[in-house]
Formats: sequence, C-alpha cells, structure tokens
Amino acid sequence: MTEFRMPSLGADMESGTLVEWRIKPGDRVGSGDVVAVVETQKGAIEVEIFESGVVTELCVREGEEVPVGAVLARLNGAAAEPAAVEPAVAEPTPVEAPAAAPVPALAPERRPPEPKPSEPKPSEPKPSEPPPPVAAPTGRVKVTPVARRRAAERGIDPDRLTGTGVEGSVTLADVEAADAEAAAVPAAPAERTAAPRRGGFDAAEMRRAIAAAMSRSKREIPHYYLAQTIDLGRALAWLAEHNAARTPDRRLLPAVLLLKAAALALREVPQLNGFWEEGAFRPGPGIHVGWAIALRGGGLVAPAIRDTDSRSLDELMEALRDLVARARSGGLRSSELASPTITVTSLGDRGAASVLGVIYPPQVAILGFGRIAERPWVVEGAVVPRPLVDLSLSGDHRAGDGHQGGLLLAAVERLLQEPDKL
Amino acid sequence: MTDAEIRALVFDLLAEIAPEAEPQTLGGEEDLREALDLDSMDFLNLVGGLHRRSGRDIPEADYPKLFTLDGIVAYFSA
Repeated sequence: MTEFRMPSLGADMESGTLVEWRIKPGDRVGSGDVVAVVETQKGAIEVEIFESGVVTELCVREGEEVPVGAVLARLNGAAAEPAAVEPAVAEPTPVEAPAAAPVPALAPERRPPEPKPSEPKPSEPKPSEPPPPVAAPTGRVKVTPVARRRAAERGIDPDRLTGTGVEGSVTLADVEAADAEAAAVPAAPAERTAAPRRGGFDAAEMRRAIAAAMSRSKREIPHYYLAQTIDLGRALAWLAEHNAARTPDRRLLPAVLLLKAAALALREVPQLNGFWEEGAFRPGPGIHVGWAIALRGGGLVAPAIRDTDSRSLDELMEALRDLVARARSGGLRSSELASPTITVTSLGDRGAASVLGVIYPPQVAILGFGRIAERPWVVEGAVVPRPLVDLSLSGDHRAGDGHQGGLLLAAVERLLQEPDKL
Repeated sequence: MTDAEIRALVFDLLAEIAPEAEPQTLGGEEDLREALDLDSMDFLNLVGGLHRRSGRDIPEADYPKLFTLDGIVAYFSA
C-alpha cells in the first residue's frame, strides 16, 4: 500500500486544491503519469505520480483544498520506482523543494498588464454584472464539472457567468470570482485577465507566493551581483542566415541561443547550478534551467527545461514554445515546477536594458539577459554599431563568490561568439 | 484576400495567441506588440499563422511591416 500525497511545488506552497482527478479506483498507474490537476498559487498544475500500482482509493474529492503532505490517494502493490524525476515531488515535505520560481524584479518579455484604457464601446453597455475579461462566445456556455459543483454549493447559476477558460468555459475561478463579487466589491479586472484552461490562477494569490519566496530570498541570501556586456553580432548574423531558409514555424528566437549558451557555460562552472540546503551546497542533478515566463494577468513562473545543455537549438525552441503556452493556460507539470537548478530570464525585445535578478531559493544563482539593442562598441580600434546585450548574474555568497560568477559570464560570452557550435 | 478577410484572419490568430486581448478595439496604426502586450514568441506565432493561412513566404526582414494592423493589411493585399 502506497500513499500518494499532495506534493510541495515550492517553498512557499502550503496547500492546494484538487480540481480534477485523472484516475479512478481500479486504474493502473506508472511513474510519470499525470494523475490529477491541482490548483495552487501558481495556477493549475498537472501532478505526476512517481510510484506505480493500482489505485485503490481516492481520498480527496474534486474541489477540496488540502495541505501539502495530505494523502490524496492510495495505491496497491506499489513499489516505489527509482525516481526518474525529482524525488522532491514524490516525497513532498512541507518545507523545501526546488520550485517554480516566481522571480520578481524581472519582467521577462511582458509587463504586468496595465488595463488598456480602451473606451467602452457604445455597442457594449457596461454590464451591472461582473465585467467579463474575455468576450463571451456565442452558443452554449460550457462549465467545468468542478465549477458546476461549486456553483451549486454557493447558489450561483454557472450558465449565466462569463467564462475565462478555453473557448469561454466557466472555470472554478470564475465561480469563485462571481461568489466574491456578489458578496463584495467587484474584483480588480487585472486579477481576472488570465485565461487559464482549468481553474486558473489568482493574481493576488500568485503575488503572495512571489512575495513569500522573494522575502525569504532577500532575508536569507547574501546576493552578489555581476554584469557583462556581450556582443551578439556574430550570433545574430548566424541566426538570420539560419532562419532565412526556414518557414516562420521553424525559426529560432535569439532567446534560444542565450539559453543554450547559459546552459553550456554552467557545465564549466557547476558551482552555480544547484541548491543551498541546510548550510551546504548541493549540486543540481543535471542542468535544468528554469525559464522565467511572465503570465498574462501578472505574475510569473519559471518551469524547468530538463537537461537544457544537451538539447539542440530546435528542441529548445520547441520546449520554450510549449512551456510558454502551458504556463499561460495552466498546464504545467509538477516535475517542471519542482526541478529547476538555476533560473534564467530574458527580457526580450521590448524589455528593459538590463535586469538584476532575485535568486529563487533554494537555487544559488539567476542569470538575466536584458533587451538586445544596437549600441556603439569598439571593434579593432574603431567604434561601430553592434547588437549588444547586458547579461547579469546574481549569486548566493554562501555558495561561492564573484570570481566563480565572473567565469560563468565569460563562458557565456565566449560561447555566444561561436553560435554554430551551440 | 480582401481587407476584411485579412483583418478577420489576424483577429482569429490573435484570439489564440492572446485570448484575453480585444484586437477589435485596435487602431490601424497602433503597434500590435505594444497594444496587446505581445512578446517575441507571440509575434513569431502570429507570423507563423499568417504564413500558414496565406501560404505566403514572410522573410524576417519583413517583420517590421507587420507591426500594425494597417501594415499587415497592406502587406497581404499587395
């Protein structure tokens, strides 16, 4: 008999709401299977199991909120397999676990949405009901099962709500919002703009999770900071040539080169890839870069790209595309949130010139790329315009010092001068 | 494609890329990336969709022509 428990998906997670079971008693499950969807402060997360066996009992009903570590289900004849992925997920502890990084102080690629001052359209009179952030689709209103149940409990007619889920389906979050708004003042529209697939995330909850993790970081981690300007002339010329022969779907973004260079550099300076736990550095089990993704509606997550250093550029591009889509639709997996060994953020082509990141504990470093911009640079004694990027490193002084950090930045710079080898 | 068809196509693609946005409220000369808070991945997905649905090749050098709704309409009606 094995117990499957509510996993900890971050140092800051205390509880989660089980919004959907993907298994039922009698089902056979194997390590790595997605068995449930849990709603956390970081949105709806697909939770994997790391044991195998036959499900004998589901101990928690859909819609129920339980603390980390609570038994969710029991399995029969289950021998724990060697954890293929991070044991932190399989053996949740109420405290530590390398986790999805809300990484504030960064705004990769996307600012928190200021509500656009779009004038109310004359054809759309301001409704007295809670204003829906997404246009309601025509036809039948879809309501998720858990949302329907919650609506029944609260005496709300879910068919009259405007959904923020996929194709306008009414989610648990919509019902809760309607319930809250019925009781109080309307919630800030910005908090309702995320359009997640299931359950969604609550911007205020996510802000609390970010606040908790970053407060801990600033309280406990003595940060040191380094920065370096890197000439991307060669890398971007190589990229333009590479992309010219490809259809848009198969083109690479500059961010992919930055990501790969960072991951390869970490092979050379492994002291910055891992965790500070119980007074000592524990090296990461691989180079699993947490890529910071800003969410529509505010907040961010940094799910891991496993073995970033050994993936091809095309694979990394696909991984990024997939992660960004799932981060915004609520389809991230528990192993992705629990396994990053370092965080990398890239502000993109509309971001700020540079960023000094706040380390996500228990990681020991975060790398930040600013916007790539053409600026004056000295090449062979002459000032010429070159596409430059400012790269910064924030490191944990308990785990190392600036000398190490400088080596990492130098390695990233060197690797980016030979883009064909990335 | 007619202008109306091009606009409909853009709105269709944007509904997938930025489901919460209301592209119908866009001004023709507004920068889509600013107005709808599109990052470079979103913009690439938009270009990819335009390529797939129109069958037309879109070199990277032409991206700046596609930053506004008017620009896209002009590009595809040319």
